[in-house]
Amino acid sequence: MNKRRFKEKLAYSFLITMISIIVLSICLMFYFIISRGIRVINWEFLTQMPRKAMTAGGIFPAILGTFYLTMGAICFALPLGVSAAIYLNEYAVQNRLVRIIRISINNLAGVPSVVFGLFGLAIFVKFLNFGVSILSGSLTLGILILPTIIRASEEALSAVPNSFREASLALGATKWQTIQKIVLPNSFSGILTGAILSIGRAAGETAPILFTAVTFYSMRLPKSIFSEVMTLPYHIYALMTEGTHPESQVPIAYGTALVLVFLVLGLNLIAVILRNQFRRSKKW
Amino acid sequence: MVDEILQSKNDLKMQIRNLNFYYGTHQVLKNINLNIKSNAITAIIGPSGCGKTTFIRTLNRMNDIILGIKIEGDILFDHKNIYDDDIDVVDIRRKIGMVFQRPNPFPKSIFENIAYGLKINNLTVNKGELRERVEIALRGAALWEEVKDRLNTSALDLSGGQQQRLCIARALAVQPKVILFDEPCSALDPIATAKIEELIQELKEKYTIVIVTHNMQQAARASDFTAFLMLGELVEFDITEKIFTNPSQKITEDYITGRFG
Repeated sequence: MNKRRFKEKLAYSFLITMISIIVLSICLMFYFIISRGIRVINWEFLTQMPRKAMTAGGIFPAILGTFYLTMGAICFALPLGVSAAIYLNEYAVQNRLVRIIRISINNLAGVPSVVFGLFGLAIFVKFLNFGVSILSGSLTLGILILPTIIRASEEALSAVPNSFREASLALGATKWQTIQKIVLPNSFSGILTGAILSIGRAAGETAPILFTAVTFYSMRLPKSIFSEVMTLPYHIYALMTEGTHPESQVPIAYGTALVLVFLVLGLNLIAVILRNQFRRSKKW
Repeated sequence: MVDEILQSKNDLKMQIRNLNFYYGTHQVLKNINLNIKSNAITAIIGPSGCGKTTFIRTLNRMNDIILGIKIEGDILFDHKNIYDDDIDVVDIRRKIGMVFQRPNPFPKSIFENIAYGLKINNLTVNKGELRERVEIALRGAALWEEVKDRLNTSALDLSGGQQQRLCIARALAVQPKVILFDEPCSALDPIATAKIEELIQELKEKYTIVIVTHNMQQAARASDFTAFLMLGELVEFDITEKIFTNPSQKITEDYITGRFG
């Protein structure tokens, strides 16, 4: 066997090994979460309040809390992010300032999430006096997912061929009419995909809501946007670090993790389906 | 000869006066002077990179959307400079329509493609009128008979030639005075090209036409006046027949006989 062929085989085996390690880790992770969590999953677990200092009962308030926080985050970040993307992609003159804005947005995506938590604490909880609440948590998570939404939206907007814009302008459309009637409808699915992926991200984050929204244990469901809430990721953290009955808490933690993982996976699945449909309908 | 024909000012739809055009520091058009006659077809020919497309896009201010450009000189449309400060560029683009190199229908239905321009310009009051105007536009572009039974299907399912006629119909719908064609047949086969050329001949009854073309035969058989551009300069402008039989410049002759280009 000559050297060239040997190297070819070597490279191939190396890559196969690497991909196997990745697949194996994913399988192991799912195996552990599912095998340890599935036992506690039942209708009651999903719909009931926790009981006996979280050693029994369900996780309904945590599911609800995660739902409220992510919805709040997306309601805040989507209009803001899409507007920013429209400005950057359609209106802004591509000068130094715009480049700096873009770099800053990208850097924002690299900021550790606990820093967002501290920022949220300082601005929303203390300065604006929203307290530890759904509102503060949503705003903090909103800022966290803003870069993702802006980037995804910008990509979706720039994927719309320029010839569509020119055709519209040449018919006497204003720039805003062109954006509204031609550019946005044709980038809608791309923007939506970005939004759903960021919902997944927001649902799974713990650090940004640690100081801004969550409570360790709540007897009641949240009453308003100024209430504090339980959430899935923090519930897992609490179950694993607090309390005195690990033997009953740990299975609940795995069950909660299972719910969270499938929630995020479900959202990603929707994103993939939407994107595929978008690609099919896109013929230019 | 051409000066005599284009003497009467009332016949002139557009007048280009001392037009200079720069991309950054690079001068693309150099002191162009040209008259465009009403209800006639003016062809712009010249080798690649001579500034044909840049020139035609200055006529409806489509170059405005490009960064780092500078325009000097006047372009009069119905005796009013379209680069004056008090001109509404949106209105100019409605009155001076454009058909592009590649067919670019919107990813909408055939009907919606035509209706778009009418809707955004608030040109129709009710649905009946909208349907009527769409039909008139499609008939105007000789497309109605082919698509009347499938107005609600996607415009992207049409053939390339049909798509280009749809783009012409779309331009007609907003009732322009001038229609600019930027190499409208460069992406089409000969049969589709013949249909478009025939259509352009019919359109000159109602509209003033400017067409950029890379195709010498097309300019020769389909236009009334021809302007030959080279390296951003207007080398020669005359009646088409004269340009193609007895050009006054040696370089024009060399180009149209295919010695370069």
